[in-house]
Amino acid sequence: MITVTDLYKNFGRLAVLRGVSCHIKEGEVVVVIGPSGSGKSTFLRCLNHLETITSGEIVIDGIRLTDRETDINKIRREVGMVFQRFNLFPHKTALGNITLAPVTVKGMPLSEAEKLGRRLLAKVGLAEKADAYPDQLSGGQQQRVAIARALAMEPRVMLFDEPTSALDPEMVGEVLAVMKDLAREGMTMVVVSHEMGFAREVGDRVFFMDEGCIVEEGTPAEIFGNPRHERTKAFLSKIL
Amino acid sequence: MSYTFQWYLVQNNMPKLLAAALVTLELTALAIAIGVVLGLLVSLARMSGVKPLAWVASAYVDFFRGTPLLVQIFLIHYGVSSFFGYTPVPFISAVAALGINSGAYVAEIFRGGIQAVDRGQMEAARSLGMSWGQSMRHVVIPQAFRISVPALGNEVIALLKDTSLVAVISVVELMNQGRLIVGRTPRYLEVYLTIAILYFVMTKSIAFLVGRLERRLKTGDHGNRPL
Ligand SMILES: Nc1ncnc2c1ncn2[C@@H]1O[C@H](COP(=O)(O)OP(=O)(O)O)[C@@H](O)[C@H]1O
Ligand SMILES: [Mg+2]
Repeated sequence: MITVTDLYKNFGRLAVLRGVSCHIKEGEVVVVIGPSGSGKSTFLRCLNHLETITSGEIVIDGIRLTDRETDINKIRREVGMVFQRFNLFPHKTALGNITLAPVTVKGMPLSEAEKLGRRLLAKVGLAEKADAYPDQLSGGQQQRVAIARALAMEPRVMLFDEPTSALDPEMVGEVLAVMKDLAREGMTMVVVSHEMGFAREVGDRVFFMDEGCIVEEGTPAEIFGNPRHERTKAFLSKIL
Repeated sequence: MSYTFQWYLVQNNMPKLLAAALVTLELTALAIAIGVVLGLLVSLARMSGVKPLAWVASAYVDFFRGTPLLVQIFLIHYGVSSFFGYTPVPFISAVAALGINSGAYVAEIFRGGIQAVDRGQMEAARSLGMSWGQSMRHVVIPQAFRISVPALGNEVIALLKDTSLVAVISVVELMNQGRLIVGRTPRYLEVYLTIAILYFVMTKSIAFLVGRLERRLKTGDHGNRPL
């Protein structure tokens, strides 16, 4: 589904990703952990081409991201992204947030998009919030709308960048529950998160990133129970 | 020293002055319409990342903000007549000069507004597969516009006052009508005080309307505040 080969990303002279390679299979849930500044967000943003990569190769669903002919917007339709700070459109209702892209990008008729939107809102448990504006919703509700918004484009891969770290503790569970449902439905997911419970329950693999590299990868049981690298051990001892 | 204020002068000239005030409003409305369209295009050009386009847009903004409006009015009106060999209707020259000048200021207002929209908004839109243009149109510009409303209101007021300058190319707007009246009856205080009050009423009314619009947008302002 996703193959990354020797990915480098520099910001000016700062080398943020330094030779990341990995392969993610269809339906797999990969949890990415690592210290702040290790390049996790940048890695996700490269997968969605929100950052232009410096060198290397990313192939998603057989399409090479770096090819000149590749329509980047098409790739982005296949890859949904959920942000730490939700980034809902404040001037649109929950439903309006969800219908915007299907209508403008796919040319879906509004009535059909709204039907889809209501179905997705129900799926994330917010059927009654269709007409609410983002600032009338709690953080957890906003993040669930953001997930519904990304799903409306029927992506084949979902990227989550610390989706619960801006939330009050009591709202973390509701967002994770939605993500767990998605994982069980077979969605391919790359999740940057330090929610160990989530990683253990639905994660197929965990990547530990440090200083722009994937230092260690393995099943959640391996990484959390029996880390091999010193840096992984040091990091886990700090967050557990 | 005794000065008798001649009320009848105010009364007798009121119809003329009101008609001229209407011209002032027309000039303002047409010029701000041009200014908003031009300003939006220019602000987008400046931020498009297309070098020649951005350069032309910056040069336009710099030139029209960096030279006196009075000079621009002469330049456009008489410049056109000497270059093309015909004299444009003064009203048209006036609208053009005011609109083009205003476009430079509005471009800066919109640029500030667009930059004030959280970067995450553009990213979220792009991540959904929307193009740069679609993201701008549906996500960034509506929010930038809300942010820009107070500054745009100030621009309309400044523009309304600036319309008095086009008296120099003999457009009969409020200021020029005043000059015509005092030319016949040299009672400066009566005439110019009346004119000042008429300008004041117009600018205050605009400020009031903008304030209401601002409040309307605020109650409907669904700001996505970071936690
Ligand atoms: N747009 C940018 N310009 C310059 N440096 C950046 C940019 N984005 C991220 N960085 C830098 O890249 C490094 C990795 O950032 P990031 O990928 O956000 O790490 P993480 O998500 O693991 O905390 C940090 O040092 C950060 O300052
Ligand atoms: Mg990050």
